Amino acid sequence: MTSISSDFVTALPEIGLLAVACVVLLVEAYNQSRAAVYLLTLTGLLLTAALVVFTGAGVPVLAFNGLYVDDPMGEVLKLLTCFSAIAAVIYSRQFLTDRKMLSGDYLGLLLFAVLGMLVMISANHFLTLYLGLELLSLALYAMVAMERDSARATEAAMKYFVLGALASGLLLYGMSLIYGLTGSLELGKVAEALHFNVKSEIVLAFGLVFIVAGLGFKLGAAPFHMWAPDVYHGAPAAVTLFVGTAPKLAAFAFAMRILVDGLQPAHGDWQQMLAVMAVASLAIGNIAAIAQTNIKRMLAYSTVSHMGFLLLGMMTGSLAGYSAAMFYAVTYVLMSLGGFGMVTYLSRTGAEAENLDDFKGLNAHHPWLAAIMAMVMMSMAGLPPFVGFYAKLTVLQALVGAGWIGLAVVAVLFSLIGAFFYLRVVWLMYFDTPPAESPVYGQHAGDAVMLLSVNGLAILLLGILPQTLLTLCALAVQMSLR
Amino acid sequence: MDFASLVFYFLAAILLLAGLRVVTAKNPVHSALALVLTFFTAAGLWILLEAEFLAIALILVYVGAVMVLFIFVVMMLDINIEEMRKGFWDHLPLAGLVAGLMAVEMVMVLGGDRFGLSAPTAKPASYSNTRELGLLLYTDYVYAFELAAVILLVAIVAAIALTLRRNPNRKNIDPGWQSRQTAKGHIRMVNLKPQHPEYKEADE
Repeated sequence: MTSISSDFVTALPEIGLLAVACVVLLVEAYNQSRAAVYLLTLTGLLLTAALVVFTGAGVPVLAFNGLYVDDPMGEVLKLLTCFSAIAAVIYSRQFLTDRKMLSGDYLGLLLFAVLGMLVMISANHFLTLYLGLELLSLALYAMVAMERDSARATEAAMKYFVLGALASGLLLYGMSLIYGLTGSLELGKVAEALHFNVKSEIVLAFGLVFIVAGLGFKLGAAPFHMWAPDVYHGAPAAVTLFVGTAPKLAAFAFAMRILVDGLQPAHGDWQQMLAVMAVASLAIGNIAAIAQTNIKRMLAYSTVSHMGFLLLGMMTGSLAGYSAAMFYAVTYVLMSLGGFGMVTYLSRTGAEAENLDDFKGLNAHHPWLAAIMAMVMMSMAGLPPFVGFYAKLTVLQALVGAGWIGLAVVAVLFSLIGAFFYLRVVWLMYFDTPPAESPVYGQHAGDAVMLLSVNGLAILLLGILPQTLLTLCALAVQMSLR
Repeated sequence: MDFASLVFYFLAAILLLAGLRVVTAKNPVHSALALVLTFFTAAGLWILLEAEFLAIALILVYVGAVMVLFIFVVMMLDINIEEMRKGFWDHLPLAGLVAGLMAVEMVMVLGGDRFGLSAPTAKPASYSNTRELGLLLYTDYVYAFELAAVILLVAIVAAIALTLRRNPNRKNIDPGWQSRQTAKGHIRMVNLKPQHPEYKEADE
């Protein structure tokens, strides 16, 4: 058993982030300087990213008596979570300032949400997984409700809260059954117990159903996706941007920890459930998105379909499948940062650039922004040479490699259907005349435009040279599996 | 059946009935009181399991603090709960049937023998589970314990951020500002001659 002090060194990223979050709350209480809390938040996230790199060990290290694990997959995901949160904060600065929401309360909650994600990513115990999830969810519920005078946001927060509580209940019930069966909450020991001695297959399957249903809720995969469109639509664009990006990395890690680290011996059981959820997500996500006129809602349904792809990668149960799913999660977050970031950036006081009509003829006014948005949309549709193409391709390769050719064909077909609504946005921006009363021309925050450009170019560049990121994901997963 | 199982079934029956009352009571205050009873009997069950500390904590925290607050809130808010769940009684037969079926299925799947559990052996009288819990919480589970504390902090921050409104027009008082004030600048001494007619007459 390692000593307590070395445990604290291993968990330095979380400890540092917690300290910064508390400082942000204190600065808000005594100073209320917007610039101070904003810069402090960014510095804190950068510091956390630096600590993740600094404490990185390269091999899985257990700490706190098996509650915490630090492994390469977790480190890569934590790093990307921090960067994604930084991008989300920079994109939403102008939006939040206009609506008087840029405060220590908001940024403090955001930091606590990031802390929840980090805890989930490096959890090695059902208890830590659950606590991390609750920390993340509670902060997100409050952030969705932050625009207090908006009935829409309050309704969205209410729905999110109730459904989130239900999902937590399902998850806990499933965990308690697995605990009853294995006598341990630590994921490694659960896997060991299940590997050597399954007392009852039927109870295992029963508990697994609850766990997978809870996971489905948190990922936003069909048929547990109904909260996603309402929450994405109802929340202020800046919150949608945050909810739709970094938490997906944490949700991926959450699924990997529970299903692969903990319940790998029951792979045959959860493979079927994930396959059904994946096909349902692809179908519902891609078809329902066509009917949307609100771009936030459309992107919510697109999230559902992307989660379907992610689940397809995970269900193969192979190393290639897991690394494909991780690559998919990372690229999805990159694309979704661009998409929601653009919606947030183009919004101005009193009006959000949330309707598809708001993007009509964007090219005439902001050719560069339109070009970035077009890249994001084409990447989401999975067109080469953008990174979304490789994300879909690696998942399909893993599927075919594991012998699931039928599922791969279904995935391709639904992606083709989905391409329609992504390309419609491109069509609207380039070939439609802008309305006379120009609805959305955001204030010009240089930092946000610069970062959006980097974001868009990264989508293009990673599409041309995907090998580095692919190798990184494959290595991270390979070195983390126990 | 020995005495312990008799007590268990007695408490379990009360717990289930009280739980049912929470959902079906027409008056929200009755629901809240039934919930208090539920917690109380659950604490009794825990004492049967020799989890005395948890039982006492349940009563102190939930019955003593949470439920009392909850009853206050329910009494202050004028909610017609019957109005809000109009469909409840109509759908009850079907919902009850589905729930009953599910319960039967779950009992068939989740029999106690499937977990391979044996009855726990009683600990000696000198065994203190408060001490054991404390030792575990602050050593093996210190990470989870701290995280739970952070979640509570987030709950506090969220509650304040969502309800505190700094309204400049509000006429609330600031005791600190009040106690810093002196007479200087606030009180002006004026020499007034008596002018009231009745006062004058009395003087004469």
